[in-house]
Amino acid sequence: MTSRERRLVFEGRVWVLGDDVNTDELAPFQTIGKSWEDARVTLLPSRPELPGLVEAGDLLVAGKNFGCGSSREMAVTNLQKLGFAGVVAESFARIFFRNCVANAFPALACPGVRGSVEEGSRLTMDLGAGSLSNAQGRLPLEPAPYSEHLLEILRAGGLMALLKEPGNGPVGGPT
Amino acid sequence: MAGSPQTMAGKVLARTSGRDDLSPGDFITARIDVAMLHEAFAICAIQMKAAGIEKVWDPDKVIVILDHFFPAPSERHAQGHQAVRSLVEQLGITHFLGHEGICHQVLTERGLVRPGELVVGTDSHSTTYGALGAAGAGIGTTDMTYVLATGELWMQVPATIRFELIGEPGPGVTAKDIVLHIAGTYGVDVGQYRAIEFGGPVAARLGQSSRLTMANMGTELGAKFAMFEADAVTSAYLAERGVTAGGFGPDPGCEYEAVYEVDVSPLTPQIALPHSPGNVRSVAELEGTKVDQAFLGSCTNARADDLAIAAEVLRGRRVSPDTRLIVTPASRQVALDAARSGAIETLLEAGASITAPGCGACPGGHNGVLAGGEVCISSTNRNFRGRMGSPDAEVYLASPASVAAAAIEGRITDPRKYWKGRIQ
Ligand code: SF4
Repeated sequence: MTSRERRLVFEGRVWVLGDDVNTDELAPFQTIGKSWEDARVTLLPSRPELPGLVEAGDLLVAGKNFGCGSSREMAVTNLQKLGFAGVVAESFARIFFRNCVANAFPALACPGVRGSVEEGSRLTMDLGAGSLSNAQGRLPLEPAPYSEHLLEILRAGGLMALLKEPGNGPVGGPT
Repeated sequence: MAGSPQTMAGKVLARTSGRDDLSPGDFITARIDVAMLHEAFAICAIQMKAAGIEKVWDPDKVIVILDHFFPAPSERHAQGHQAVRSLVEQLGITHFLGHEGICHQVLTERGLVRPGELVVGTDSHSTTYGALGAAGAGIGTTDMTYVLATGELWMQVPATIRFELIGEPGPGVTAKDIVLHIAGTYGVDVGQYRAIEFGGPVAARLGQSSRLTMANMGTELGAKFAMFEADAVTSAYLAERGVTAGGFGPDPGCEYEAVYEVDVSPLTPQIALPHSPGNVRSVAELEGTKVDQAFLGSCTNARADDLAIAAEVLRGRRVSPDTRLIVTPASRQVALDAARSGAIETLLEAGASITAPGCGACPGGHNGVLAGGEVCISSTNRNFRGRMGSPDAEVYLASPASVAAAAIEGRITDPRKYWKGRIQ
């Protein structure tokens, strides 16, 4: 499979969080530079049991303003390391959303999602089609669309992967 | 001009993307005017080199500064600084500002950001540059690595909302109180995916320092950019720094998603309770809450005028033995100005601890980290759980006057007892 065919559909068990989950919960400042083993147990203090329960491929559903706060990218990469395959939120804080795209972590903003999905159920997020579905079929929700350029970044595996592709480097160095 | 009238954000993005037909929601690729990096420069430069790219797109447009952890509180941080210095050298970065203070403060006080520019920074409070009429936005390290390599970044054109500030701020009410009131009334996501313009007669009268405080807090309103019109105040500020710049504002007749009128006349000093900048009440409602630490610092409120207000409050008085007052000037220049004006002397006489300029305790890094169960009143911008240390500490956000007043009593108290000044 070439990187250009990387899939944009994710199916997994759902964990549900509330509104305004901030970057100090997703990546506490004190953990920066600590080992992953020390850091992971301090994540998500509002749901301290969660880091121990997440399995690879699980999905996160959250309320509004998810990821508000600092620009620290560990807020995204910690979720990836915990095993989450993607996140759907009522809305995202903008820097966090950018960091998701940059790290090819699927993030879909979708008003109404929190009331439509129960913790423990299974959910499918399709970034290409811009849809969410469960075992009964497509949910009557309207996720915010991705532009073709953002899908391109996700398919490539993130901004760094894109930068490494031939022809995508600096156009001719400093001019 | 071919396009429709644009807001300030629209104008900046139209120019930097080379398109004059932009509408909110459009995805564009923008050319960056200024890229600001603090300690994260090491991560970005190493990542860029790992991608096989050995040169930044334009070493003159990249500004690097050490602020979050200076002076290094640990060997690991010292090694980080070492890495930054050596990468700055290797990549030929012209603007390395060493450890002159907090990034946003130093860039503005040196005139390195101009009206109408598109500035990105590896720091969420890069909205601060909006005080000078620039479009400043925080980005993550991977986005920044991409910028270092290419000078470009994808952006989505934001809709703009406008706060029209009317009325007359009462005695003892500062820009911090106004912006906390906005966060409390309109919510910490009112600016989400949006650009903010602060306008109206009060905005026009505010001095540069007050504008910096409000644009800085634009981040706590969720905004991508938080901008004031560049006017005569801006031009005068920049002229003092040897920079000639004209005005910059929205096109007449441009479209706002919403316009909110905020009458500042009835406002009293405001305070944000743990653990959100939007959890706002009047200081009077919290009267008597015990504080273990009062912190005057950060890119929000630690400029010379902020230190001067604290000094006025504390002149001839003592910091309560039940608390401690930590003052961290925003920059070396601020510290120098406050030393010359006598504010530093007054604060020291009152019992304050003065630290080296930089971010200090604001992000829980060093120089005033909180223990579990401790309560801090702080002039910073953000009071998330765990922000300044233990997740069991509590942080209240308020103006420098409120911080200084609390330091005297060891308890939160209405600062107007001690200071009835008018802001500029
Ligand atoms: S002072 Fe605080 S808010 Fe400002 S740049 Fe430093 S850490 Fe960030």
